Amino acid sequence: MTTPAIETHDLTRSFRIRGRGPLTAVDGLTVSIAPGEAVGYIGANGAGKSTTIKMLCGILVPTSGAVRTVGLDPVAKRRALAARIGVVFGQRTQLWWDLPVGESFGLLAAIHRMPRPAARARIDALVGDLDMEDYLATPVRQLSLGQRMRAEIAAALIHSPDLLILDEPTIGLDVLSKQRLREFLIRERAERGTTLLLTTHDMGDVQRLCDRILLVDHGRLAYDGTLDGLSATVGAGRVLVLDLDAPGPDLVAIPGTRHLASEGGGLRQRLAYDAAHTSLGAVLSAVGEVRGVRDVAVEEPDIEDVVRRVYQRSAAGELGRAADATD
Amino acid sequence: MRANVLDPGAPRGGAVRPYWLLLRAGFRSQAAYPLAAAAGMFTNAVFGVLKATVLTAAAAAAGGSLAGYSGGQLLAYVWVSQAMIGFVAAMGTAEIGERIRTGDVATDFTRPLDVQGAHLAADLGRSFFSVLPRGLPCLAIGALVTGMTLPAAAAPYVLGAVSLLLATVLSFLCRYAVAILGFWLVDTRGLATFYTVLSGFFMGLSLPVSAFPSWLRTIAHATPFPSVMASPVDVLIGRLTGPDAIRAIAVQAAWVVGIGLLGRVLTARGRRTLEVQGG
Repeated sequence: MTTPAIETHDLTRSFRIRGRGPLTAVDGLTVSIAPGEAVGYIGANGAGKSTTIKMLCGILVPTSGAVRTVGLDPVAKRRALAARIGVVFGQRTQLWWDLPVGESFGLLAAIHRMPRPAARARIDALVGDLDMEDYLATPVRQLSLGQRMRAEIAAALIHSPDLLILDEPTIGLDVLSKQRLREFLIRERAERGTTLLLTTHDMGDVQRLCDRILLVDHGRLAYDGTLDGLSATVGAGRVLVLDLDAPGPDLVAIPGTRHLASEGGGLRQRLAYDAAHTSLGAVLSAVGEVRGVRDVAVEEPDIEDVVRRVYQRSAAGELGRAADATD
Repeated sequence: MRANVLDPGAPRGGAVRPYWLLLRAGFRSQAAYPLAAAAGMFTNAVFGVLKATVLTAAAAAAGGSLAGYSGGQLLAYVWVSQAMIGFVAAMGTAEIGERIRTGDVATDFTRPLDVQGAHLAADLGRSFFSVLPRGLPCLAIGALVTGMTLPAAAAPYVLGAVSLLLATVLSFLCRYAVAILGFWLVDTRGLATFYTVLSGFFMGLSLPVSAFPSWLRTIAHATPFPSVMASPVDVLIGRLTGPDAIRAIAVQAAWVVGIGLLGRVLTARGRRTLEVQGG
């Protein structure tokens, strides 16, 4: 059996906060991620995502429980681990602020003790793939956010790590920049089989990049499985956007759907439906019996919506069943 | 110093090059701010003239010499110490404390490097850079404006260079130890300001430590601060020679080891309480 890229058992971390007692940021997290998986680690702000990542990297010491990252104890073997993983904290920089981007890459290659020819080849490849030729000589502090994020990802990949951990890599990026980063990450993973762990608030990141989702809520694992499975579990199906030929009442009685919203006095209506329980054709014909349909669009499940629903269920105490149902 | 207090499993061998490159990066990062260096030099020179005037007047009132410094030696003390301000960062640096306060220190721990060693390398780069735009021009201004008496023999310069190197390493290690308290306190800016004022006084920035009243001198020598400035200046200007100079350098080395180990222990302990700021 191969060593898991990430393995935690009952991993817990609490903080003492003055005047408010202990806060358990990560609570009994048990999870195993196989090499080559692409995992989206999602949850609300303060759910414990960043704390988990910091324990995986050996930055934070767990309060209790066990963690192994690429088979190593992250705290005891921090430096050996650093050679095997690449980390990007989206809101921080690992580059040298006052130096040209290219020099940061050279420094990082030296820090990872890469032989110079290998370092050169790897840096050239990353510069080409991430389209960074134009600004290699620019000091980091003068880069745009999109340019800097590409450089950060390259910096985390220079030593060809087995595991890439990205903490909100697309935060603040425009649509085009996000798109380019995602495309690069898909290519890079296809070529090297790099394991990916990604935290994000951006559903697009998860949909495009991840084949497995871990959802945390108040430090606890609330869901582990595919995005489709998550949507099915909490009933957030696809959304059908209907443009009708005339304004009218809300379509609340269409079998297998749930009315979400109406605009323009009912001219445009949004219905949630679950493809596992009904078909698009059945929904459309049911709508067609009561109203004239001019145009139709189908939207994929919105992650924020899915997450919100999981939280509502967890607040209602249905958490355990929701997670069990998908095993 | 033990190299792997924090990480017994750290990779060994071929270990120096990354730190050398970090030192160079620290040097080159400073070069991005030539105006700041010029402003620092100008400030040091202006205060040098003021200090030279005051101390010369004090020496004259005391009959030509002060605490055993001749008039020319006193001027040398003033100008060498002023020229060292940038070198040993006597006015403090915000870098590490700021990285802990903002949580950027997290990235330092994701590198296969010793965190204290990596910061030391970068700080030495900063230190060495300051010699050209700050240290030497300040000395030249002093020589032109007030003049000074420097030793004619080579020994004080050789020993002085060793002493200066130890001084800047020690200065870094002290600032690092203060900054690392941020693992517990989060914001060490107030503490750092207090530290800068206190250390500045006891390192002999305003008055040579040898000219302190004896009780104050005793207190000063119970701290590492004279080793950051007063000792290297005294060695360099030839006030401490032979065995006295060697003893001063040995004391510096002892402080380097002691404060260095303290910093390592604090770093290791701090990681247990560390709460990385900013998510």
